[in-house]
Amino acid sequence: MSHHELIPHLFRTEFRKITAVLCKAFGLEHMAVAEDLASETFLAALETWSYKGVPPNPTAWLYTVAKNKTRNYILRTQVFADKITPLLQEAEATQEAFSIDLSPGNITDSQLQLLFAICHPSLPVESQVALALRMLCGLGIDEIATAFLASKDTINKRLFRAREKLRTAGIVLAFPGPAEIPARLDAVMTTLYLLFSEGYYSESQDTMLREDLCLEAMQLTHLLVAYEPTNLPPVKALLSLMCFHASRFEARRGRHGEPILYDEQDETLWNQNLIVQGAYFLYGAATGGCLTKYHLEATIAYWNTQKADTPEKWEAILQLYNQLLSIAYSPVAALNRTYALSKARGKAVAIPAAEQLKLERNPFYFALLGELYTDVNSARALQYFEQALSVARTAGDQQTIRKKIDRLRDG
Amino acid sequence: MNEFMLIFRHQDGKAVASPEQIQIWMKQTMDWIGGIAAQNKFSGGNGLPFDDARVVWPNDVVTNGPFGEIKETIGGYIIVKADSVDEAVAFAKGCPVLQGDGNSVEVRKIARGDGLH
Repeated sequence: MSHHELIPHLFRTEFRKITAVLCKAFGLEHMAVAEDLASETFLAALETWSYKGVPPNPTAWLYTVAKNKTRNYILRTQVFADKITPLLQEAEATQEAFSIDLSPGNITDSQLQLLFAICHPSLPVESQVALALRMLCGLGIDEIATAFLASKDTINKRLFRAREKLRTAGIVLAFPGPAEIPARLDAVMTTLYLLFSEGYYSESQDTMLREDLCLEAMQLTHLLVAYEPTNLPPVKALLSLMCFHASRFEARRGRHGEPILYDEQDETLWNQNLIVQGAYFLYGAATGGCLTKYHLEATIAYWNTQKADTPEKWEAILQLYNQLLSIAYSPVAALNRTYALSKARGKAVAIPAAEQLKLERNPFYFALLGELYTDVNSARALQYFEQALSVARTAGDQQTIRKKIDRLRDG
Repeated sequence: MNEFMLIFRHQDGKAVASPEQIQIWMKQTMDWIGGIAAQNKFSGGNGLPFDDARVVWPNDVVTNGPFGEIKETIGGYIIVKADSVDEAVAFAKGCPVLQGDGNSVEVRKIARGDGLH
Protein backbone atom coordinates (compact mmCIF):
# COMPACT_ATOMS: atom_id res chain seq x y z
CA MET A 1 0.00 0.00 0.00
CA SER A 2 1.43 3.39 -0.93
CA HIS A 3 1.31 6.32 1.43
CA HIS A 4 -1.21 8.04 -0.85
CA GLU A 5 -3.80 5.48 0.13
CA LEU A 6 -2.59 4.99 3.64
CA ILE A 7 -2.95 8.53 4.90
CA PRO A 8 -6.66 9.15 4.29
CA HIS A 9 -7.47 5.82 5.86
CA LEU A 10 -5.32 6.54 8.91
CA PHE A 11 -6.52 10.11 9.08
CA ARG A 12 -10.13 9.04 9.44
CA THR A 13 -9.44 6.62 12.29
CA GLU A 14 -6.60 8.35 14.07
CA PHE A 15 -7.79 11.94 13.79
CA ARG A 16 -10.74 11.17 16.02
CA LYS A 17 -8.57 9.41 18.58
CA ILE A 18 -5.89 12.07 18.78
CA THR A 19 -8.40 14.92 18.85
CA ALA A 20 -10.49 13.26 21.52
CA VAL A 21 -7.51 12.57 23.77
CA LEU A 22 -6.21 16.13 23.36
CA CYS A 23 -9.66 17.60 24.05
CA LYS A 24 -9.82 15.46 27.14
CA ALA A 25 -6.39 16.68 28.28
CA PHE A 26 -6.97 20.38 27.56
CA GLY A 27 -10.68 20.72 28.19
CA LEU A 28 -13.37 21.40 25.62
CA GLU A 29 -12.73 25.13 25.56
CA HIS A 30 -9.48 24.39 23.73
CA MET A 31 -11.13 22.19 21.14
CA ALA A 32 -9.71 24.19 18.24
CA VAL A 33 -6.16 23.71 19.56
CA ALA A 34 -6.71 19.96 19.76
CA GLU A 35 -7.99 19.97 16.21
CA ASP A 36 -5.04 22.00 14.94
CA LEU A 37 -2.48 19.79 16.64
CA ALA A 38 -4.08 16.67 15.20
CA SER A 39 -4.15 18.25 11.73
CA GLU A 40 -0.50 19.29 12.02
CA THR A 41 0.41 15.74 12.96
CA PHE A 42 -1.04 14.44 9.71
CA LEU A 43 0.58 17.22 7.76
CA ALA A 44 3.91 16.14 9.24
CA ALA A 45 3.19 12.57 8.16
CA LEU A 46 2.45 13.72 4.64
CA GLU A 47 5.67 15.73 4.52
CA THR A 48 7.85 12.99 5.97
CA TRP A 49 6.39 9.77 4.63
CA SER A 50 6.18 11.13 1.11
CA TYR A 51 9.97 11.25 1.01
CA LYS A 52 11.09 8.64 3.49
CA GLY A 53 8.38 6.05 3.12
CA VAL A 54 5.74 4.87 5.54
CA PRO A 55 7.22 3.93 8.94
CA PRO A 56 6.77 0.33 10.12
CA ASN A 57 4.26 1.32 12.77
CA PRO A 58 2.43 4.38 11.40
CA THR A 59 0.09 4.73 14.37
CA ALA A 60 2.91 4.79 16.92
CA TRP A 61 4.71 7.33 14.73
CA LEU A 62 1.64 9.54 14.69
CA TYR A 63 1.21 9.35 18.46
CA THR A 64 4.85 10.25 19.06
CA VAL A 65 4.57 13.22 16.72
CA ALA A 66 1.28 14.28 18.31
CA LYS A 67 2.89 14.16 21.75
CA ASN A 68 5.90 16.18 20.58
CA LYS A 69 3.75 18.76 18.84
CA THR A 70 1.69 19.13 21.96
CA ARG A 71 4.76 19.57 24.11
CA ASN A 72 6.17 22.18 21.73
CA TYR A 73 2.88 23.97 21.58
CA ILE A 74 2.69 24.18 25.35
CA LEU A 75 6.24 25.48 25.64
CA ARG A 76 5.64 27.98 22.86
CA THR A 77 2.40 29.37 24.11
CA GLN A 78 2.96 30.90 27.46
CA VAL A 79 -0.67 31.75 28.17
CA PHE A 80 -1.75 28.27 27.33
CA ALA A 81 1.01 26.83 29.45
CA ASP A 82 0.02 28.92 32.45
CA LYS A 83 -3.49 27.62 32.34
CA ILE A 84 -3.11 24.06 31.20
CA THR A 85 0.30 22.81 32.23
CA PRO A 86 -0.38 22.91 35.97
CA LEU A 87 -3.46 20.82 35.34
CA LEU A 88 -1.58 18.33 33.27
CA GLN A 89 1.19 18.12 35.83
CA GLU A 90 -1.30 17.66 38.56
CA ALA A 91 -3.01 14.89 36.62
CA GLU A 92 0.17 12.97 35.97
CA ALA A 93 2.86 13.30 38.57
CA THR A 94 5.49 11.77 36.32
CA GLN A 95 8.85 13.10 35.30
CA GLU A 96 7.44 13.83 31.86
CA ALA A 97 5.34 16.89 32.52
CA PHE A 98 3.56 17.18 29.16
CA SER A 99 2.80 13.56 28.53
CA ILE A 100 -0.45 12.88 26.72
CA ASP A 101 -2.10 9.57 27.52
CA LEU A 102 -2.59 7.74 24.22
CA SER A 103 -3.31 4.35 25.77
CA PRO A 104 -6.17 2.33 24.21
CA GLY A 105 -8.32 2.74 27.33
CA ASN A 106 -7.99 6.51 27.41
CA ILE A 107 -8.52 6.74 23.65
CA THR A 108 -11.82 4.86 23.87
CA ASP A 109 -13.04 6.82 26.90
CA SER A 110 -12.08 10.15 25.37
CA GLN A 111 -13.85 9.39 22.10
CA LEU A 112 -17.05 8.41 23.87
CA GLN A 113 -16.94 11.44 26.15
CA LEU A 114 -16.34 13.71 23.18
CA LEU A 115 -19.31 12.10 21.43
CA PHE A 116 -21.52 12.85 24.43
CA ALA A 117 -20.22 16.42 24.67
CA ILE A 118 -20.80 17.10 20.97
CA CYS A 119 -24.33 15.73 21.22
CA HIS A 120 -25.13 18.01 24.13
CA PRO A 121 -28.78 19.10 24.17
CA SER A 122 -27.75 22.76 24.27
CA LEU A 123 -26.52 22.53 20.66
CA PRO A 124 -28.88 22.56 17.67
CA VAL A 125 -28.96 19.17 15.96
CA GLU A 126 -27.43 20.45 12.70
CA SER A 127 -24.47 21.82 14.66
CA GLN A 128 -24.07 18.50 16.44
CA VAL A 129 -23.87 16.70 13.12
CA ALA A 130 -21.40 19.21 11.66
CA LEU A 131 -19.24 19.08 14.77
CA ALA A 132 -19.31 15.29 14.80
CA LEU A 133 -18.21 15.23 11.16
CA ARG A 134 -15.32 17.55 11.93
CA MET A 135 -14.14 16.32 15.33
CA LEU A 136 -15.07 12.66 15.28
CA CYS A 137 -14.93 11.77 11.61
CA GLY A 138 -12.03 14.02 10.67
CA LEU A 139 -13.81 15.50 7.69
CA GLY A 140 -12.45 18.69 6.18
CA ILE A 141 -14.58 21.81 5.86
CA ASP A 142 -15.05 21.35 2.12
CA GLU A 143 -16.06 17.72 2.59
CA ILE A 144 -18.68 18.73 5.17
CA ALA A 145 -19.89 21.46 2.82
CA THR A 146 -20.22 18.87 0.05
CA ALA A 147 -22.13 16.49 2.28
CA PHE A 148 -24.56 19.20 3.41
CA LEU A 149 -24.75 20.89 0.01
CA ALA A 150 -23.81 24.09 1.82
CA SER A 151 -21.05 26.66 1.33
CA LYS A 152 -17.77 26.38 3.23
CA ASP A 153 -18.55 29.71 4.78
CA THR A 154 -21.82 28.43 6.22
CA ILE A 155 -20.12 25.36 7.65
CA ASN A 156 -17.30 27.41 9.16
CA LYS A 157 -19.78 29.70 10.85
CA ARG A 158 -21.83 26.78 12.10
CA LEU A 159 -18.75 25.10 13.58
CA PHE A 160 -17.56 28.36 15.12
CA ARG A 161 -20.89 28.96 16.82
CA ALA A 162 -21.05 25.36 18.02
CA ARG A 163 -17.58 25.57 19.62
CA GLU A 164 -18.48 28.89 21.23
CA LYS A 165 -21.60 27.34 22.63
CA LEU A 166 -19.72 24.37 24.07
CA ARG A 167 -17.22 26.75 25.63
CA THR A 168 -19.72 29.18 27.15
CA ALA A 169 -22.03 26.42 28.36
CA GLY A 170 -19.09 25.06 30.36
CA ILE A 171 -19.58 21.50 29.14
CA VAL A 172 -16.91 19.13 30.40
CA LEU A 173 -15.65 15.91 28.91
CA ALA A 174 -17.03 13.25 31.19
CA PHE A 175 -19.38 10.32 31.09
CA PRO A 176 -22.93 11.28 32.00
CA GLY A 177 -24.13 9.73 35.23
CA PRO A 178 -26.30 6.59 35.06
CA ALA A 179 -29.50 8.60 35.64
CA GLU A 180 -28.62 11.00 32.83
CA ILE A 181 -27.68 8.37 30.27
CA PRO A 182 -31.09 7.62 28.72
CA ALA A 183 -31.86 11.26 27.90
CA ARG A 184 -28.34 12.07 26.70
CA LEU A 185 -28.19 8.85 24.71
CA ASP A 186 -31.31 9.88 22.78
CA ALA A 187 -29.49 12.94 21.45
CA VAL A 188 -26.39 10.88 20.63
CA MET A 189 -28.46 8.32 18.73
CA THR A 190 -30.28 11.04 16.80
CA THR A 191 -26.96 12.52 15.70
CA LEU A 192 -25.53 9.15 14.71
CA TYR A 193 -28.73 8.33 12.84
CA LEU A 194 -28.54 11.64 10.97
CA LEU A 195 -24.85 11.11 10.27
CA PHE A 196 -25.62 7.75 8.74
CA SER A 197 -28.62 9.07 6.80
CA GLU A 198 -26.55 11.99 5.56
CA GLY A 199 -24.29 9.43 3.95
CA TYR A 200 -27.03 7.05 2.83
CA TYR A 201 -29.52 9.50 1.35
CA SER A 202 -27.46 12.65 0.77
CA GLU A 203 -27.88 14.41 -2.52
CA SER A 204 -24.14 14.86 -2.74
CA GLN A 205 -22.63 13.24 -5.83
CA ASP A 206 -19.58 11.96 -4.04
CA THR A 207 -20.41 8.29 -3.47
CA MET A 208 -17.18 7.36 -1.75
CA LEU A 209 -17.48 10.22 0.71
CA ARG A 210 -21.07 9.28 1.43
CA GLU A 211 -20.20 5.66 2.17
CA ASP A 212 -17.38 6.82 4.43
CA LEU A 213 -19.87 8.87 6.43
CA CYS A 214 -21.99 5.77 6.93
CA LEU A 215 -18.98 3.76 8.06
CA GLU A 216 -17.93 6.49 10.50
CA ALA A 217 -21.43 6.57 12.00
CA MET A 218 -21.24 2.79 12.36
CA GLN A 219 -17.86 2.92 14.08
CA LEU A 220 -19.15 5.41 16.62
CA THR A 221 -22.23 3.29 17.24
CA HIS A 222 -19.96 0.28 17.73
CA LEU A 223 -18.16 2.29 20.44
CA LEU A 224 -21.47 2.81 22.25
CA VAL A 225 -22.28 -0.89 22.05
CA ALA A 226 -18.85 -1.77 23.43
CA TYR A 227 -19.35 0.53 26.42
CA GLU A 228 -21.49 -1.36 28.95
CA PRO A 229 -23.65 1.55 30.29
CA THR A 230 -24.71 2.47 26.75
CA ASN A 231 -25.00 -1.07 25.42
CA LEU A 232 -28.79 -0.76 25.46
CA PRO A 233 -31.52 -2.20 23.19
CA PRO A 234 -32.18 1.03 21.20
CA VAL A 235 -28.44 1.41 20.47
CA LYS A 236 -28.26 -2.17 19.25
CA ALA A 237 -31.35 -1.57 17.11
CA LEU A 238 -29.67 1.49 15.60
CA LEU A 239 -26.52 -0.47 14.82
CA SER A 240 -28.57 -3.31 13.35
CA LEU A 241 -30.34 -0.83 11.07
CA MET A 242 -27.00 0.56 9.91
CA CYS A 243 -25.59 -2.91 9.21
CA PHE A 244 -28.60 -3.93 7.10
CA HIS A 245 -28.48 -0.73 5.07
CA ALA A 246 -24.72 -0.83 4.63
CA SER A 247 -24.97 -4.41 3.35
CA ARG A 248 -26.35 -2.99 0.08
CA PHE A 249 -23.57 -0.48 -0.64
CA GLU A 250 -22.03 -2.58 -3.41
CA ALA A 251 -25.36 -3.39 -5.00
CA ARG A 252 -26.93 0.06 -4.94
CA ARG A 253 -24.48 1.80 -7.24
CA GLY A 254 -23.59 0.90 -10.81
CA ARG A 255 -20.23 0.93 -12.52
CA HIS A 256 -20.42 4.67 -13.10
CA GLY A 257 -21.79 5.54 -9.68
CA GLU A 258 -25.40 5.65 -10.89
CA PRO A 259 -27.97 4.47 -8.34
CA ILE A 260 -29.50 1.02 -8.77
CA LEU A 261 -32.92 0.64 -7.23
CA TYR A 262 -33.72 -2.16 -4.83
CA ASP A 263 -35.76 -4.20 -7.31
CA GLU A 264 -32.94 -4.22 -9.82
CA GLN A 265 -30.13 -4.95 -7.41
CA ASP A 266 -28.04 -8.06 -7.78
CA GLU A 267 -28.53 -9.61 -4.35
CA THR A 268 -25.36 -11.66 -4.66
CA LEU A 269 -23.61 -8.32 -4.11
CA TRP A 270 -25.32 -7.81 -0.76
CA ASN A 271 -22.76 -8.12 2.00
CA GLN A 272 -23.77 -11.26 3.89
CA ASN A 273 -21.37 -10.54 6.70
CA LEU A 274 -23.12 -7.24 7.46
CA ILE A 275 -26.54 -8.89 7.16
CA VAL A 276 -25.49 -11.46 9.76
CA GLN A 277 -24.20 -8.70 12.02
CA GLY A 278 -27.45 -6.78 11.56
CA ALA A 279 -29.46 -9.84 12.57
CA TYR A 280 -27.19 -10.37 15.59
CA PHE A 281 -27.70 -6.83 16.88
CA LEU A 282 -31.43 -6.91 16.14
CA TYR A 283 -31.70 -10.08 18.20
CA GLY A 284 -29.83 -8.32 21.01
CA ALA A 285 -32.14 -5.31 20.70
CA ALA A 286 -35.20 -7.44 21.31
CA THR A 287 -34.85 -7.43 25.08
CA GLY A 288 -36.56 -5.17 27.56
CA GLY A 289 -39.89 -3.54 26.96
CA CYS A 290 -39.00 -0.60 24.76
CA LEU A 291 -39.87 -0.33 21.10
CA THR A 292 -38.19 2.62 19.44
CA LYS A 293 -38.25 3.87 15.88
CA TYR A 294 -34.83 2.24 15.51
CA HIS A 295 -36.34 -1.14 16.34
CA LEU A 296 -39.07 -0.65 13.76
CA GLU A 297 -36.70 0.62 11.08
CA ALA A 298 -34.23 -2.16 11.74
CA THR A 299 -36.98 -4.76 11.44
CA ILE A 300 -38.12 -3.23 8.15
CA ALA A 301 -34.50 -3.29 6.97
CA TYR A 302 -34.32 -6.95 8.03
CA TRP A 303 -37.33 -7.78 5.84
CA ASN A 304 -35.67 -5.95 2.99
CA THR A 305 -32.80 -8.40 3.12
CA GLN A 306 -35.32 -11.01 1.92
CA LYS A 307 -35.52 -10.37 -1.79
CA ALA A 308 -38.46 -12.69 -2.50
CA ASP A 309 -41.79 -10.86 -2.90
CA THR A 310 -43.94 -12.85 -0.48
CA PRO A 311 -47.30 -11.73 0.98
CA GLU A 312 -45.83 -12.25 4.50
CA LYS A 313 -43.00 -9.89 3.75
CA TRP A 314 -45.19 -7.03 2.55
CA GLU A 315 -47.78 -7.53 5.26
CA ALA A 316 -45.04 -7.32 7.89
CA ILE A 317 -43.43 -4.27 6.27
CA LEU A 318 -46.78 -2.50 5.96
CA GLN A 319 -47.62 -3.03 9.64
CA LEU A 320 -44.15 -1.92 10.70
CA TYR A 321 -44.53 1.29 8.70
CA ASN A 322 -48.01 1.82 10.17
CA GLN A 323 -46.45 1.60 13.63
CA LEU A 324 -43.41 3.67 12.73
CA LEU A 325 -45.52 6.51 11.31
CA SER A 326 -47.70 6.64 14.37
CA ILE A 327 -44.66 7.24 16.61
CA ALA A 328 -42.37 9.15 14.22
CA TYR A 329 -43.69 10.68 11.01
CA SER A 330 -41.31 11.35 8.14
CA PRO A 331 -42.10 11.91 4.45
CA VAL A 332 -39.83 9.05 3.40
CA ALA A 333 -41.63 6.64 5.76
CA ALA A 334 -45.00 7.85 4.45
CA LEU A 335 -43.91 7.17 0.85
CA ASN A 336 -42.47 3.76 1.70
CA ARG A 337 -45.58 2.83 3.67
CA THR A 338 -47.71 3.60 0.63
CA TYR A 339 -45.48 1.48 -1.58
CA ALA A 340 -45.82 -1.40 0.92
CA LEU A 341 -49.59 -0.81 0.90
CA SER A 342 -49.65 -1.34 -2.86
CA LYS A 343 -47.71 -4.58 -2.44
CA ALA A 344 -49.90 -5.86 0.40
CA ARG A 345 -53.34 -4.53 -0.60
CA GLY A 346 -53.07 -3.76 -4.28
CA LYS A 347 -52.76 -0.60 -6.34
CA ALA A 348 -56.48 0.20 -6.16
CA VAL A 349 -56.07 0.77 -2.42
CA ALA A 350 -52.67 2.42 -2.62
CA ILE A 351 -53.42 5.02 -5.30
CA PRO A 352 -56.00 7.00 -3.31
CA ALA A 353 -53.81 6.68 -0.20
CA ALA A 354 -50.85 8.07 -2.16
CA GLU A 355 -52.87 10.97 -3.46
CA GLN A 356 -53.71 11.95 0.10
CA LEU A 357 -50.06 12.31 1.08
CA LYS A 358 -49.78 15.64 -0.72
CA LEU A 359 -45.99 15.76 -0.74
CA GLU A 360 -45.85 17.90 -3.87
CA ARG A 361 -42.36 19.18 -3.15
CA ASN A 362 -40.90 15.73 -2.90
CA PRO A 363 -39.67 14.27 -6.21
CA PHE A 364 -40.11 10.76 -4.84
CA TYR A 365 -43.81 11.49 -4.31
CA PHE A 366 -44.37 11.85 -8.05
CA ALA A 367 -42.10 8.90 -8.76
CA LEU A 368 -44.23 6.79 -6.41
CA LEU A 369 -47.44 7.90 -8.16
CA GLY A 370 -45.82 7.12 -11.51
CA GLU A 371 -44.88 3.67 -10.22
CA LEU A 372 -48.40 3.02 -8.92
CA TYR A 373 -50.04 4.11 -12.18
CA THR A 374 -47.68 1.97 -14.26
CA ASP A 375 -49.77 -0.89 -15.78
CA VAL A 376 -52.93 0.88 -14.54
CA ASN A 377 -52.96 4.04 -16.61
CA SER A 378 -49.83 4.56 -18.71
CA ALA A 379 -50.68 8.13 -19.68
CA ARG A 380 -50.98 9.21 -16.05
CA ALA A 381 -47.90 7.21 -15.08
CA LEU A 382 -45.94 9.05 -17.77
CA GLN A 383 -47.31 12.38 -16.61
CA TYR A 384 -46.25 11.72 -13.02
CA PHE A 385 -42.77 10.52 -13.97
CA GLU A 386 -42.30 13.66 -16.05
CA GLN A 387 -43.38 15.73 -13.08
CA ALA A 388 -40.90 13.79 -10.93
CA LEU A 389 -38.16 14.50 -13.46
CA SER A 390 -38.87 18.22 -13.38
CA VAL A 391 -38.30 18.35 -9.60
CA ALA A 392 -35.55 15.71 -9.28
CA ARG A 393 -32.48 17.27 -7.72
CA THR A 394 -29.64 14.90 -8.48
CA ALA A 395 -28.26 13.49 -11.71
CA GLY A 396 -28.67 9.98 -10.34
CA ASP A 397 -32.36 10.46 -9.59
CA GLN A 398 -32.95 12.04 -12.99
CA GLN A 399 -31.28 9.07 -14.65
CA THR A 400 -33.46 6.60 -12.74
CA ILE A 401 -36.66 8.45 -13.64
CA ARG A 402 -35.65 8.77 -17.30
CA LYS A 403 -35.20 5.01 -17.44
CA LYS A 404 -38.78 4.56 -16.20
CA ILE A 405 -40.08 7.04 -18.78
CA ASP A 406 -38.24 5.29 -21.61
CA ARG A 407 -39.63 1.96 -20.52
CA LEU A 408 -43.20 3.31 -20.48
CA ARG A 409 -42.78 4.84 -23.95
CA ASP A 410 -41.36 1.60 -25.36
CA GLY A 411 -44.11 -0.48 -23.78
CA MET B 1 -54.50 23.14 12.76
CA ASN B 2 -56.95 21.74 15.28
CA GLU B 3 -57.05 18.42 17.03
CA PHE B 4 -60.13 16.25 17.03
CA MET B 5 -60.92 13.19 19.06
CA LEU B 6 -62.59 10.36 17.21
CA ILE B 7 -64.45 8.28 19.77
CA PHE B 8 -65.56 4.77 18.81
CA ARG B 9 -69.00 3.89 20.10
CA HIS B 10 -70.03 0.25 20.09
CA GLN B 11 -73.66 -0.71 20.15
CA ASP B 12 -73.03 -4.02 21.86
CA GLY B 13 -69.89 -4.15 23.93
CA LYS B 14 -70.49 -7.72 25.01
CA ALA B 15 -70.40 -9.26 21.56
CA VAL B 16 -67.51 -11.68 21.42
CA ALA B 17 -65.75 -11.99 18.11
CA SER B 18 -63.63 -14.89 16.90
CA PRO B 19 -59.86 -14.52 17.12
CA GLU B 20 -59.82 -14.59 13.34
CA GLN B 21 -62.26 -11.69 13.16
CA ILE B 22 -60.39 -9.77 15.84
CA GLN B 23 -57.20 -10.17 13.88
CA ILE B 24 -58.86 -8.82 10.76
CA TRP B 25 -60.22 -5.82 12.68
CA MET B 26 -56.85 -5.19 14.21
CA LYS B 27 -55.16 -5.19 10.82
CA GLN B 28 -57.83 -2.89 9.41
CA THR B 29 -57.44 -0.50 12.32
CA MET B 30 -53.66 -0.48 11.94
CA ASP B 31 -53.99 0.26 8.22
CA TRP B 32 -56.50 3.00 8.93
CA ILE B 33 -54.27 4.65 11.53
CA GLY B 34 -51.21 4.14 9.30
CA GLY B 35 -53.01 5.99 6.49
CA ILE B 36 -53.71 8.95 8.76
CA ALA B 37 -50.18 8.88 10.20
CA ALA B 38 -48.75 8.84 6.66
CA GLN B 39 -50.38 12.25 6.18
CA ASN B 40 -48.73 13.41 9.43
CA LYS B 41 -52.19 13.88 10.93
CA PHE B 42 -52.08 11.30 13.73
CA SER B 43 -51.56 12.56 17.28
CA GLY B 44 -52.24 9.47 19.37
CA GLY B 45 -54.85 7.02 20.49
CA ASN B 46 -55.72 4.10 22.71
CA GLY B 47 -57.97 1.14 22.87
CA LEU B 48 -60.15 0.93 25.98
CA PRO B 49 -60.40 -2.73 26.98
CA PHE B 50 -63.37 -3.94 28.97
CA ASP B 51 -61.22 -5.78 31.48
CA ASP B 52 -61.05 -3.95 34.77
CA ALA B 53 -63.70 -1.48 33.68
CA ARG B 54 -65.85 0.04 36.41
CA VAL B 55 -68.58 2.60 36.63
CA VAL B 56 -68.65 4.79 39.70
CA TRP B 57 -72.06 6.09 40.78
CA PRO B 58 -73.08 8.54 43.50
CA ASN B 59 -72.98 7.28 47.08
CA ASP B 60 -69.96 5.01 46.65
CA VAL B 61 -71.74 2.64 44.33
CA VAL B 62 -69.35 0.92 41.95
CA THR B 63 -70.47 -1.47 39.24
CA ASN B 64 -68.50 -3.69 36.93
CA GLY B 65 -67.92 -2.77 33.36
CA PRO B 66 -69.58 -0.14 31.33
CA PHE B 67 -72.30 -2.76 30.78
CA GLY B 68 -75.64 -3.24 32.41
CA GLU B 69 -77.88 -0.24 32.09
CA ILE B 70 -75.61 1.38 29.55
CA LYS B 71 -76.17 -0.15 26.15
CA GLU B 72 -73.54 1.73 24.29
CA THR B 73 -69.86 1.47 25.18
CA ILE B 74 -66.74 3.32 24.17
CA GLY B 75 -64.15 1.00 22.66
CA GLY B 76 -61.32 3.42 22.04
CA TYR B 77 -60.35 6.73 20.56
CA ILE B 78 -57.75 8.36 18.42
CA ILE B 79 -56.73 11.99 18.16
CA VAL B 80 -56.13 13.45 14.71
CA LYS B 81 -54.88 16.77 13.45
CA ALA B 82 -57.24 18.42 10.96
CA ASP B 83 -57.82 21.84 9.46
CA SER B 84 -61.59 21.51 9.78
CA VAL B 85 -64.21 19.28 11.26
CA ASP B 86 -64.95 18.11 7.71
CA GLU B 87 -61.42 16.79 7.37
CA ALA B 88 -61.74 15.00 10.72
CA VAL B 89 -65.06 13.54 9.57
CA ALA B 90 -63.40 12.29 6.38
CA PHE B 91 -60.85 10.42 8.54
CA ALA B 92 -63.65 9.04 10.74
CA LYS B 93 -65.48 7.64 7.71
CA GLY B 94 -62.64 5.18 7.17
CA CYS B 95 -62.83 3.79 10.71
CA PRO B 96 -63.29 -0.01 10.66
CA VAL B 97 -65.56 0.19 13.73
CA LEU B 98 -68.26 1.50 11.38
CA GLN B 99 -68.57 -1.97 9.81
CA GLY B 100 -70.51 -3.07 12.91
CA ASP B 101 -74.26 -2.51 12.94
CA GLY B 102 -75.24 0.40 15.09
CA ASN B 103 -71.66 1.45 15.83
CA SER B 104 -70.66 5.06 15.42
CA VAL B 105 -67.68 7.37 15.60
CA GLU B 106 -68.13 10.61 17.43
CA VAL B 107 -65.97 13.52 16.26
CA ARG B 108 -65.14 16.15 18.89
CA LYS B 109 -62.85 19.11 18.68
CA ILE B 110 -60.29 19.30 21.50
CA ALA B 111 -60.24 22.63 23.31
CA ARG B 112 -56.79 24.13 23.04
CA GLY B 113 -56.86 26.12 26.23
CA ASP B 114 -55.66 29.20 24.41
CA GLY B 115 -58.72 31.23 25.35
CA LEU B 116 -60.21 31.00 21.88
CA HIS B 117 -62.48 28.05 22.54
